[in-house]
Amino acid sequence: MNNQRSFFFNVDWVTVFIYFALCVIGWFNIHSAVFDERHPSIIDGATNYGKQFTFIIVSVIVGGIILLLESRFITALAPIFYVGTLLLLMLVLVIGHRVGGNQAWINLGGGFRLQPAEFAKFSTCLILARYLSGPNIKVSEIKSFAIALAIIGVPMFLILLQPDMGSTLVFISLVFVLYREGLSPYFLIIGFLFIALFVSAILFSPLAVIGVIIAIVALIILLFRRNKRLVTTLLAGLAICVVFVLSVKFIYNSVLKPHQKVRIDIVLGIKSDLKGKGYNVNQSKIAIGSGKLWGKGYLHGTQTKYSFVPEQSTDFIFCTVGEEWGFAGSVTVIGLYLFLVLRIIMLAERQRSPFSRIYGYGVASIIFFHVMINVGMTIGIVPVIGIPLPFISYGGSSLISFTLLLFVLLKLDSNRMGIV
Amino acid sequence: MNSFFERRYVIAGIFITIVIILLARLFYMQVIDDRYAIYAGKNVLRQTIQYPARGPILDRNGKVLVLNEPFYDIVVEPRKVKPFDTLALCKLLGIDKAEFDKRWIKACKFGQTTASVFEKQLTPEVYAAVQERLSEFPGFSSITRYLRTYPDSVAAHFLGFIGEVKEPDIKRSNGYYHQGDFIGITGVEKSYETVLRGQRGVLNQMVDSRGRPKGKYANGLFDTAAVAGERLTSSLDINIQKLGEKLMQNKVGSIVAIEPSTGEILCYVSGPTYDPNLMVGRERGNNAAKMYNDVYNPFFIRPIQAKYPPGSSFKPLSALIGLQEGIITPQTTYYCPGYYQAGNRRVKCNNGESHGLVNLSSAVAESCNGYFMMVFEKIINRYGGKATEEEFNKWRDNVKKFGLGTRLDLDMPSESRGNVPTSLYYDNIYHKGGWRSSTVINVAFGQGELLATPLQMANLECTIANEGFYYKPHLIKAIGTHNVIKKEYTVRNYVGIDSQYFQPVINGMEAVVERGTAIRSKIPGIIMCGKTGTAQNTGGESHSVFVAFAPRENPKIAIAVIVENSGEGAHWAAPIASFIVEKYLRGTISQRESGITVEHFANANRLPDSALYYNKFRRKPVPADTAKKQKKDSLQKTQGLKTASGKENKSQATQLKTKKR
Repeated sequence: MNNQRSFFFNVDWVTVFIYFALCVIGWFNIHSAVFDERHPSIIDGATNYGKQFTFIIVSVIVGGIILLLESRFITALAPIFYVGTLLLLMLVLVIGHRVGGNQAWINLGGGFRLQPAEFAKFSTCLILARYLSGPNIKVSEIKSFAIALAIIGVPMFLILLQPDMGSTLVFISLVFVLYREGLSPYFLIIGFLFIALFVSAILFSPLAVIGVIIAIVALIILLFRRNKRLVTTLLAGLAICVVFVLSVKFIYNSVLKPHQKVRIDIVLGIKSDLKGKGYNVNQSKIAIGSGKLWGKGYLHGTQTKYSFVPEQSTDFIFCTVGEEWGFAGSVTVIGLYLFLVLRIIMLAERQRSPFSRIYGYGVASIIFFHVMINVGMTIGIVPVIGIPLPFISYGGSSLISFTLLLFVLLKLDSNRMGIV
Repeated sequence: MNSFFERRYVIAGIFITIVIILLARLFYMQVIDDRYAIYAGKNVLRQTIQYPARGPILDRNGKVLVLNEPFYDIVVEPRKVKPFDTLALCKLLGIDKAEFDKRWIKACKFGQTTASVFEKQLTPEVYAAVQERLSEFPGFSSITRYLRTYPDSVAAHFLGFIGEVKEPDIKRSNGYYHQGDFIGITGVEKSYETVLRGQRGVLNQMVDSRGRPKGKYANGLFDTAAVAGERLTSSLDINIQKLGEKLMQNKVGSIVAIEPSTGEILCYVSGPTYDPNLMVGRERGNNAAKMYNDVYNPFFIRPIQAKYPPGSSFKPLSALIGLQEGIITPQTTYYCPGYYQAGNRRVKCNNGESHGLVNLSSAVAESCNGYFMMVFEKIINRYGGKATEEEFNKWRDNVKKFGLGTRLDLDMPSESRGNVPTSLYYDNIYHKGGWRSSTVINVAFGQGELLATPLQMANLECTIANEGFYYKPHLIKAIGTHNVIKKEYTVRNYVGIDSQYFQPVINGMEAVVERGTAIRSKIPGIIMCGKTGTAQNTGGESHSVFVAFAPRENPKIAIAVIVENSGEGAHWAAPIASFIVEKYLRGTISQRESGITVEHFANANRLPDSALYYNKFRRKPVPADTAKKQKKDSLQKTQGLKTASGKENKSQATQLKTKKR
């Protein structure tokens, strides 16, 4: 009895509340996005909002089961989960169901489909935590770092084969986990630098970009010329940058697929094909922008109701939020996410066990990455990458896998005083 | 906890920064930038123009001249079509399978979800049969459209026609007209376009991303209803209009009748005329091409566009000016020897037969050219030969007061001025000071360079009937329920002749019909005052001219009739005028002493030799189907010539002239 009470007391109900809030917001927005006059009821099973209701209930049950499990059980099962999802990811390449160019789904029958990539995020996160929390593992050491990269890289590679670019990129967010566990900050800085170089090399002439880099490096060397080590490092970095900039055009033209190139071009404003490739983003921006401060009201978004935005219940669900609830709604939803992510970081930091902490950072990173890319895409500052908005986008696999991700952390947290 | 504990702030910081970027961008898009709201509005809003019914036009007694009749277009929406009996539909619409396939492909190309016209303008009779079975053909439906119809097929030149608006009109209209709209092109349809067209309404509808309607926009707050065009009441009397058109069949010419006490035009006939219904509907293009190629040019609006020498019908005016100027009195006599000695010219009168001693009235009645030449010379030469030019211009001003040589400002497009020559005109021909009254003596009896439209001639009769003034002639007497449409139509225009001088002239005109040249056209029991004219012209036989008003006391109708190339006024124009006058005043036409009948005149063919008309219009006949193309070609050619060689040709020509000199 006492145990039971402390158990419920130990669950972080604030996080659970945010979770429910986001699920309900999602459900209502899906209702609005794909509203069908013949099935107006929000729990009508014939519609996607009716189905989402089912998914929410299933998710809650899954979450409840997780809370009732033993923490140790979860930790122990981590490798099995990981190997299991890797097998599923391979299986999907063979028997997968193709939707929109991606072979990402396995048919379960009864109109339900499983997307292994969604569960790969959870299992990778779990196994990474398990590995990094092991004795004598330091990310700053080359060997540990390489193994950690391999753990992340294998599912990434398998997902890239589908090819699901969006889900692949999600794994990059785990760099925050590595950083928290001791990875040199240079990795973040260099990563950021390379993104900046990539963008500017596309926007401007590569020679101009190289000229600017040389000028900046020359200035720094001039100021700190006594520090010989810095000078050599900078010169080496400069050489790498020049090679990178010169190869950007090649990467851009040969490695990326045409549709990915166009998406980048549209974000950078090089192309504007409002009737064709740029249609989605343009209509999405119109939907969000036309919401003004307070929005057009529930079920009153014209862009939403009259299906100007494609994929509006899944990847573009934020359009409905922006259009019907306005800037106020946007702030609420993004605020809830920021609050959730910061709360998760707080939960992670209060863990005694490194496993729980590392896992917590994984959860925070994955959720945040999804939000950043998804919202950024709908307002046209990030290229179109098809990943869902956590807890809000329509889809069972996505909702259940995010629930798993979050509730495992809650379980670990509720047990934080226990022995690991 | 480990040594990298501080890094959580870095990570949180990065997250917060990114969120701030997202929110800043959202704030800009949603709160500051208004464009997106406008775009969203444009996305869902579809404005459909609601076309009002065009105003009907009535005759003076309320009889309908033109109205809108429903026609039915069959439209098809390919997406909704289910398998059906194509042959049955073909049979119903009267088309073959090949034609059906052609149209079907066209409709599919137009759009799967949009309705496009499959069969145009079914008459109500055909539609009745189609409608019964339309439900057998899912995806096919009908829409009602209204077209102009003319129940009596009269007054084509008065009514004019409408047609699809052309580029220049679209530009000029400041965005009112759009491609495919209809606009008045000639006649009343043109001059009263803004009244007849009514007010268009706008229906604001919401549409989805595929353009399917989804209900009213803003609950119809911005919708406006179409307001039908106003009804026009014309001054025409359909009975005499019909009679006039009947009398003028197979003749080239014109009839204009005006009510002197108001200036309302009662009859407005241009011969040859055409059935206005030909300019509506599916055969319009072919019909128009056919008429365009008719040598007698049915599209020519003779009452206001044709210019004729008024001939002897001008004489009463000549006499009135003489009286007003004090040159003659009603008692002034003149002995006509059968010619008139003008300077060293001897101008024949009455085919060389003497009229004997004539006074003003008998000169009018017997149409003595000599008398009027005498009056004209006396006026022009009253201050000696040196004042010729000055006096001629004074005389010309007096003539112009009657509305000759100027536009009468009829409420109708394309009115001609006619012509009253200026002294400058003669200066150019004979060089300054090189002409005398005798040189230009022909204008004294309405020949020479003097030209008048039938409208101007009829208006002149109104002035005589009113003893010194006229009301501006007009064709529309009421718009909707407003009876007086323009103030200027109630203003008396005085012509500068005192009313006391009219009686002697009118006496002469009465005599013309009672016992003079037009005695055959005498109407039993009605005193008609008239004047015959035989207008010599360069185009062949003289035009038969007759002008008149009746009855003498309290005149009700003034009329001018011209039958081209038909000889003496008394033979053709006068009898036709007498029928119109009697029909108008009495409603029926009585047995005439002279035995003339409407049927005889209606059946007579007085069409001039067509070769003569080729010369006149300098146009070769073109086969109907190629007419449009050739018109285009010739347009291009003339434009090309104008730009390329027009200037050159002119300068060459002037060079030649100077060389010759």
